[in-house]
Formats: sequence, structure tokens, C-alpha cells
Amino acid sequence: MNQSARPTYLTIDNLSKNFGSFEAIKNIKIDIIEGEFACFLGPSGCGKTTLLRCIAGLEVQTTGSITQKNKEISNLPPSARDFGIVFQSYALFPNLSVTSNISYGLKNNKWRKDEIIVRVDELLSLVGLSNHATKYPSQLSGGEQQRVALARALATSPSLLLLDEPLSALDAKVRVYLRKQIKDLHRKLGVTTIMVTHDQEEAQSMADRIFVMNNGEIVQSGSPKDIYEKANSPFIADFIGVTNFIEATIVKENIIKCGKIELTCNTSKIPNNKRIRVAIRPEYITIKKTSSNAENTAKAVVKENEFLGSFQRLYVDCDQLGISQLMIDINSFTADSVLVGEESSIEIYLPPDRIRIYPIE
Amino acid sequence: MLSYITMFLLFLILPLGALILKSIQNKEGSFIGLSNFYLYLQEPALFQSFFNSLFVGITSTLIVIVLAFMFAYALTHSRMPFKGFFKVVALIPLLSPSILAAIALVYWFGNQGILKELLFENSIYGPIGIIFASVYWTFPHALMILVTALSLSDSRLYEAAEVLKTSKIRAFFTITIPGARYGIISSTFVVSTQVFTDFGVPKVIGGNYNVLATDIYKEVVGMQNFQMGAVISLVLLFPALIAFFIDQYSRRKQISLLTSRSVIFLPKKNFQTDTIMFGYCLLITVIIFMMIGMAQFGALVKFWPYNLTLTLDHYNFEVAGLGWESFYNSIRLAFYTAIFGTVIIFVGSYIVEKLRSDEKLKGIIQLFALMPMAVPGLVLGLSYIFYFNAKENPLNVIYATMVILVINTIVHFYTVSHLTGVTALKQMDREFEAVSLSLKIPIYKMFWRVTLPVCLPTVFDISIYLFVNAMTTVSGVIFLYTYDTTLASVSSIHLDEQGDVAAAAAMAMLIVYVSVGVRILHTIITKGILQKTQAWRHNISGNN
Repeated sequence: MNQSARPTYLTIDNLSKNFGSFEAIKNIKIDIIEGEFACFLGPSGCGKTTLLRCIAGLEVQTTGSITQKNKEISNLPPSARDFGIVFQSYALFPNLSVTSNISYGLKNNKWRKDEIIVRVDELLSLVGLSNHATKYPSQLSGGEQQRVALARALATSPSLLLLDEPLSALDAKVRVYLRKQIKDLHRKLGVTTIMVTHDQEEAQSMADRIFVMNNGEIVQSGSPKDIYEKANSPFIADFIGVTNFIEATIVKENIIKCGKIELTCNTSKIPNNKRIRVAIRPEYITIKKTSSNAENTAKAVVKENEFLGSFQRLYVDCDQLGISQLMIDINSFTADSVLVGEESSIEIYLPPDRIRIYPIE
Repeated sequence: MLSYITMFLLFLILPLGALILKSIQNKEGSFIGLSNFYLYLQEPALFQSFFNSLFVGITSTLIVIVLAFMFAYALTHSRMPFKGFFKVVALIPLLSPSILAAIALVYWFGNQGILKELLFENSIYGPIGIIFASVYWTFPHALMILVTALSLSDSRLYEAAEVLKTSKIRAFFTITIPGARYGIISSTFVVSTQVFTDFGVPKVIGGNYNVLATDIYKEVVGMQNFQMGAVISLVLLFPALIAFFIDQYSRRKQISLLTSRSVIFLPKKNFQTDTIMFGYCLLITVIIFMMIGMAQFGALVKFWPYNLTLTLDHYNFEVAGLGWESFYNSIRLAFYTAIFGTVIIFVGSYIVEKLRSDEKLKGIIQLFALMPMAVPGLVLGLSYIFYFNAKENPLNVIYATMVILVINTIVHFYTVSHLTGVTALKQMDREFEAVSLSLKIPIYKMFWRVTLPVCLPTVFDISIYLFVNAMTTVSGVIFLYTYDTTLASVSSIHLDEQGDVAAAAAMAMLIVYVSVGVRILHTIITKGILQKTQAWRHNISGNN
């Protein structure tokens, strides 16, 4: 998908929000592109929900501005803005039926009765709940309640959909199922969507673009693949997916000293003798049973072999690299897997282009 | 366990049985079926009282619910200033006997009242006075229930409504009211039962307007017609029972409304709403101060309204033919009730909630523990006469002593205290008992070392509740006191009956002083002890 060809939908400029002396978000500057599925990802307390609530107008920013479709909305109340929202708790009206919940906003907008009936029917079939029209929220499962909340948010056809941790309260299976449903819905309706989540897997599987947040700031943004492969800080490398960290020093350009051996990798711009942190993901490391002493290899002993279904995670002791719990993921169904019983000696290979380094401040 | 069942049988079930038995006997004690009930229906004056009770009950309830709902709404859904102050003031009526309101009204609107003209040609002695005074003393009861119901609002619902462009009015009717509906139902039944069965207020300010409660008193004390007293008691008991069960049902429903994922509602500033709410709460506060202030003023002036010189003469109860003895008796009663009642009730709630034993027996205890709330004090008191005054009852020895007053008061106020205890115990992990058993620590040690310290705030709450209610109660003890065990609240009624309203006000105010004093003392002691035993709570909040 070529994002840049499309116009900017929402511009957030220098947005900050303080709660007393606590800065929930600091100088946020982002553009959301029309029709994209954007995701604010970060650990709890990073300010992602506050940012979403500022966009909705449910919190008033301390400084900065928000522009939606070239119209500044920073000071408009929520009711004057154009969006639909799904809360983490769904916030369905417990005393109203599914139909009344969905039509709640339509009535406020003075829709005609017959129009409302048609629209509610349409929404019910869109989220696959046509059989539950007369039920009350408490009679529905969590996943069904979530879809009612989604239908209610979409009822007035808003051009922006805001999702605040929409799946966090659900069981793992339902969560995976609804991920796909929401994604399909997004594809079908093309409505610009912003989702807040702390679950990196959820963000990676759903978003076109991820904004990783920490301590009230956007620390990296990009496609899920970019962020996974080119995490620009140890925090992101650690937060998204699983990563091995090893301390090292730059010897000279593109050579680092890691434990007792030297490794080749791209050391761009970092000066010599600088202490660094090496990061490499478990699945990028490959293993061999025989020793070759080639570049970027080291000797290691398997300490533990954890079976995780489609792959196995090895914990190896690598004295040469100075790390005793290095994780390596290998495919469960290749020949390698039978060769790595506990205490077996192996040679590991760290591809230069997969090694990422971060200076230690 | 069995001792609890025996206790309830002896002091609740069997007395009520004796009451029912009495209603189907004649004066000689032989069985006459439902003739007494037939007689009752034949008596238009008695029958009229039923409708009078119903009328004042329903009217007072409607007024109280509207007033208390607005007050509770202001406390929970506005950002007006001085919320804490308003809340404390609104609870003041709890600290005085219900008759205090009636006495204050006599000063304001009675024959010599300064605001008498406001009633035009109507007399305060009658339904108007009963309703006004009832509204005053039941207001805090309704308020507490409604504040709880309204503070259970989920903030996200209001945000969802706002986002969906909902008007304030529509949000009020589709979110606020439905959210509080069980609280509204519950407070409706609590208040209507209280007014329907109250004795003190109609006695003091009812004039010639008879209600069921005053009828029972007249039949029993005035005409010694115990059989008819029993019949009217049952007429009083049944609506109270029905109201009780509806209330219990709706309370159970209320709990499930707020889920763990809900976010507690925090009102936003709104100058207009906040100002209106502030004005309203100020008005109610002024009225409460006017009531209690007038009772105090009346007790302190020489001869209302002709000689307004201040004096302490009315506190010299020797002149009125009775000394301070009744006041000391009240304190004794309150003290014993608080001490013994708290121990019995808290251990009882622990048995029901925590002990591993026969579920059926536990169910019976739980049911017995809930029953007293449904039984009006007057009915319980009368049933005690029938049961304990019987010559063949070995427990006859406690009749006409302080012991029977203490037992009666504990039973009368059992339910609320029991529920308070159960609620607190429910919040403790069930596994504590299992852990202690697995560590071979006896349950009583566990109770003493962990359960009791953790629940100490609740134990204090129960004791203060029992103390204040024992001080202020009238209806429970009116049939049971004797010359040696007169009580302050009862004396106040008798003083009023003798026409000595100033002394009645002075006596009622004494009760208020003690209640307020004990409350303050309770707060100080609680704070001191809690700082020692509840240190663990601070750690929890600190970590979050």
C-alpha cells in the first residue's frame, strides 16, 4: 500500500497534556493518513490512551493543536467532532437492548424511525450479530459485547474510528478472531482507524503503521516490519518481540569486541572505544553441529531446549560472547532440532546484517 | 453455630410466635380463630388508622426520595464546594431520636409557633407534622443508599453518550436514573417501612390523627387489650415484610452493575449546575440546622415564646418528676448493646461467611440474621411482653430488667450490623482460612491475629451504629422499660405527653450530645488504633 499517495487526515502538532505536575504526553507530532490503520503501542502508563482521548476531545490538551481534515478541532467538545469510539470496557448501556444501544447515537442525530431500523439491521449483519438484536449486554459474551460497541461506534458513519484497547479484556482465542474481524471491517469500510494497545502482537498483526510510545513520547513509528527489524532503541527491541542483549565495545569501523571475540557488523557513526549494547533476535541466529571458525561464529553449549510448538527456543551458554542465557529459535521440523539435546556443543552464527547496536549512554 | 440458632429462636422466632398466638386467642387464652381480626375490620376507627399509616408512609417517601436523590446527585455528580460539610450535616438527623424533629416542629409551627401563619389554617398536629418530621429523620437513610447507588456510575458510559452527541437530559434518563434504579427502589422501601412503622413522631405530633403504631400503643398501654394489640402488630408487620423482601431483591441486583473494567465517574466542572446544586444543598442544610437549632433553643429558654431568657431549668428533670436516672439508663443500655452486640454480631457474620460447616445451618442463620430488619420495633417489643412475661417461661427472670432491653435492642438492630460485617469479611480472601488450616494454626488464632485486625474499622462501625441507635430508639423499648429502667428517649415522649415540651426537648438534646460526643470520640479512637493496625493498607496504596 502506498501511503504517501494519500492525503493527510489528522495532524497532531506539539500536543502535550499534563495532569498536575505529571506530563502524560509530551510534544507529540504525528500525521495520520486517510484510510490507514494506525496503532499507538506502548507499555501501560506511556500516554497512549491519553493521546487517544485528546483526539476524541475527552481530555483537553495543555498545549498544541489537532487538525482533522484541514479543520482545527483542538477546542471543540467531543460532540462537535467527527469520530466513533470503542472503549476498553465497551461502555454499553446495560439497561438498553443491543438494538437500542446501536441506535442510541442515531436518535440523537434525529434520524427517522424507518431509517434507523434499516441502519441497525445493516450494522448488525456487518458485525454478525443479527440474531442478538433484542438481547441485553449482560446476556452477551465479551466478544459479542465488543462487536456491539463497534457497531454503535460505526452507526453514524464517522470518518474516524478510535479503538481504546478494544481486545484487551477478551480470551486469547476470541482476541485473535476479532483481530481479523476488525481488520476485515477496516478494509471493507476504509475508515481511518486509530487503535491503542499494549499488545505488540496485536499491533503488528493489525496496523498499517505503528507509533511506539514510551514516557509520553513517540519513540519510533513505521510499518510493523520496519519496527521489528530496525528497532531504533533497546527499549523498542525489547518491547517488540524477543531480543538478546549483549554488551560490547567498538574496536574500529564495523568491528566490535563482544566478550572474548570480535564480530563484524555495521557500526555506522558510532566512535571507536564506545561501549555499546548489541541486540539480536533469537530467530536470526543459526546453528551448526560442526565447527567452522568462520567470521561471526562462536562456540556454545545448549543448556535448555524449550519446545514451543512450531519452533523451539534454545538457551545456550556462550562463553566466547560472554553470555550464559542466549536465546536461539529454531524450526521444530528441520534436521537441526534433533541435534540439540541438552549439553550438546554447537557453533552459532550471528549474521552481520541482523546485528543491531545501541550506544550505552 | 447451634448457639446462634438457639439465640434467634429464643429472642426472635418464639416471641413472634407468641405474638401470633396471642392474636388468635381471647382474653382467657383460649383459641378463637380469626375472630380478633374480624373484630378489627369491624372497627372503622382502627381500620382508618391503616389508611392513615399508608398515606403518611407513601407521601413522606415520595418527598424524601425526591429530596434525597437531588442531594445525593449533588454530592456525586457535581463539583460544588463544601461537599464534605454537606454530607456530614445531612447525616445529623441520624444522631437524634425521631421525636426531636417533631418537638422542633411544635416550636416552629405549633400553637405558639413563630411560623404558624405559613400553614394558613392547617394544624401542624396531624398528617402535615407527621410527614414533615418523618421526612426529616428518614432523609439520611435514603441519602446513604442513593449516594452509594449514584457513585457506582461508570464514567465511560457518560463519555460514550457524550461522544454520541447525547443531550444532558437524555443521558440523565438513560444512564443516571437506570444506573441508580435499584438504589431508588431500595430506599423507597426502607423509608416507607420506617415511616409506616414509626411510633415516636405520630405520638408527639400526630394529634388526633391515628396511625397503626399509636393504635397498638393505645390498645396495649391504654386499654390493656393485648389481643387487639397483637392483631394490629400483624397488620403492621406484613407490609413491612413485603417491603423487606422487595428491598433485598433489589439490593442483590445493584451489585452486578459495576464491572471491574468500569471507570468511576468523576464529574466535570459546570458553573450553572454546580451553583444550583450548591444552593439546593445549602437550603437543606439550613432546614436541618433550623430543626435541631430550634429544639436546642426551646430547651434553653424559660417559657416559649413569652419569656426568651436563657436558662438551664429544663435540664433539671427532678422538677418534672423524674431525675437523670433515665438518661444514665440510656447510656448504660447503649454501652451494653454496643459491647455485647458487636461481639455477638461480628462473630455471627464470621461464622456465616468464613467457617466451613453445614451450609444448611449457615443458611438458616443468615435468614434469621436478615429477619429483624423486617420486624418493626414496636412489634418486636410487644412480642417480648407476650413471650417473656409468661409465668411458665424460665427466662421470665429477665423480664423488666436491663437485660431484656439490651437483648431487644441487639436483635432489633441486628441486620444492618450483620450485613456490614459480612460485606467486610467478603472482601477478605477465602483462602486465608485454608492456609491457616494447612499450617495447622487453629481458626480462632487466625481470627484473632488476622481477620479481626483487618476488619477493625468495620467492628468499630458496628459498635457506633449500635450505640447511637440504642440511644435514640423509642419503638423497640416503649413496651419493655419499667420504673427502674426508664430511658431518655421514652422519658422525652412522656415529658411531651405531660405538656412539658421544653423538658422533652432538653431530654432529646441530651441524646444528641451523647451521640455526637461518642461519634467524635469514636473517630479519634478509630484513627489512633487504625494507624497501628492498618499500616498495611498504606503500603498497598503506595505501590499503586
